Amino acid sequence: MRFLKVLFVLVLCGGLLFGGFLVYAHHAPIETAAPPAADTFDAATIARGAELAAMGNCNSCHTVEGGPALAGGRALETPFGTIHGSNITPDADTGIGRWSKAAFSRAMREGVDRDGNHLYPAFPYDHFTKLSDEDVDALYAYVMTRTPVRAPTPENDLVFPLGFRPLLAGWKLLFFRPGRFAPDNVARDETNHGAYLVEALAHCGACHTPRNTLGAEERSAHFAGGTSDGWIAPALDHKNPAPVPWTQESLARYLRSGFDRHHGAASGPMIEVARNLSRVPEQDVAAMARYVASVMGEPAPERAEKGRALVATLESGRTPVQTTGSSAPGGSAVPDPIYAGACGGCHDAERGAIDALPLSLATAARLESPQNLLHAVLEGVHPRNPKAAALMPSFDGALTDEQIARLADYVRTEIAGEPAWRDVAGTLAKIRKGAASGSGESTK
Amino acid sequence: MITLTVNGRSHEVDADPATPLLYVLRDDLGLHAAKYGCGFGQCGACTVMVDGRAVFSCVTPIAALPGRQIKTVEGLGTIEDPGPMQRGFIEAQAAQCGYCIPGMMMRAQALLEQNPAASEQDIRDHLALNLCRCGTHMRILDAVKRAAALMRSARGPDAGTTVATDGAAR
Repeated sequence: MRFLKVLFVLVLCGGLLFGGFLVYAHHAPIETAAPPAADTFDAATIARGAELAAMGNCNSCHTVEGGPALAGGRALETPFGTIHGSNITPDADTGIGRWSKAAFSRAMREGVDRDGNHLYPAFPYDHFTKLSDEDVDALYAYVMTRTPVRAPTPENDLVFPLGFRPLLAGWKLLFFRPGRFAPDNVARDETNHGAYLVEALAHCGACHTPRNTLGAEERSAHFAGGTSDGWIAPALDHKNPAPVPWTQESLARYLRSGFDRHHGAASGPMIEVARNLSRVPEQDVAAMARYVASVMGEPAPERAEKGRALVATLESGRTPVQTTGSSAPGGSAVPDPIYAGACGGCHDAERGAIDALPLSLATAARLESPQNLLHAVLEGVHPRNPKAAALMPSFDGALTDEQIARLADYVRTEIAGEPAWRDVAGTLAKIRKGAASGSGESTK
Repeated sequence: MITLTVNGRSHEVDADPATPLLYVLRDDLGLHAAKYGCGFGQCGACTVMVDGRAVFSCVTPIAALPGRQIKTVEGLGTIEDPGPMQRGFIEAQAAQCGYCIPGMMMRAQALLEQNPAASEQDIRDHLALNLCRCGTHMRILDAVKRAAALMRSARGPDAGTTVATDGAAR
């Protein structure tokens, strides 16, 4: 009897708590609106919306490679399962055609869709909440004037119980801080403009900041480096591993053109970012570069000096193997024949003949894991269109996995002069497994 | 000395192990089908097969190749008895200057060996890495489709059905 009473009270309390949580998690739907007529928006607002959408990399998740723009369907692999970018064209049934500006704004700022469902934080509303009203309006004008595409968004495939969206209210309570961008009053206007674009819109931190076990960006490790689609997104703070320290100028060049001669070509998920930034005003990218450079900070004098020395040696025409071979542990004067035959023809070529990056300058060789270097060797580097001629050809098939692993080890220890990576073969096998199971856009 | 297996035959090659396969094929072994185009793995004129995969021989050092099966156009057939890929290209008269054709053949051969029921889109995607400056792409497409049909008919009607099922399952 007593046991039943206790049980009854417990169930009641549990039910009340759960009910309370559901009430807390509940958001009312916003009335549907007739799709706005094209002349609702003025051309200048739409044009700025297009630039903002490019800087915000909307297409990275909402457009399938080669598919109709913003029609959704792109699969994003997360530690919690697969999420699909939704259709954000103004199609009335499968897109956001019936979303009023208020509904769009709530999604951007609070991560709640028109029906009142919580959105997964793969959609970076933790960044977009910082956007100005003016910019949200311009983005709305842009998306609502795109060609509507009828394309139902595929179902997500998430680990239990994450398919139950009200749980996201709990996630938000823990990690989501809504609110507009707050400028730094000490910083210059251009730095603040850059900070706004980077933090509120471009959401660089979504990849370049590590995430905790529940998938939230770690505030205390802002820009300390993260991952994206099986690639390492290098640290953008003082720990950035580029052998030649980045400057505002080199960052701006890289972001806008996808290439800088002391840092190489954008690869992996960064290719699309650079492609998007090639379409936006130069001053916006310059401001972003200024802000990122300010987060990286001035390099330590020793690091700056090393970078200058590397560049000076390269410009004087000596090959990078000779440059670092002597200082590298176990450095040898004779280059590995596979390196010399497969890589050296471009990477050790006289600069200007072919602008391949000398690998002594490559960030990929300095990261804590070989995955970026292995991705480049396996897939090549395709700057714009994966079907077009590559900047770097794929060596998959030409070299065996064992040879690729040895090559990565050679580049790491002999050319970069860094301690050997652990388990290169294992990382390679993991990349292959990911490619075989269809995760990752990068397999071709 | 490095031992290379080309078109099923073993060759002892006395060359720097960093030498690209293309130079050894042309200069040491007298196999002139694979062509030097760009030397950077950008144009595909040098494409040959290694262990069934299409590779750029201009950026593949022979150090990577002992114990592996290398195949060039010379291994697809002879002038008297051309193989299905070669017959497809002859029937479609796919060459203008012809410089890119051996590379096209080898990349197409690798595709059809892996996927005998390759669709036109598969062929387009796969051959996109090889450039033809004369603009004979439509004929090259036609040639590869003919080659695929010839390979299927060579396997006989029963084999053809299996192939179609395989293709559907991909």
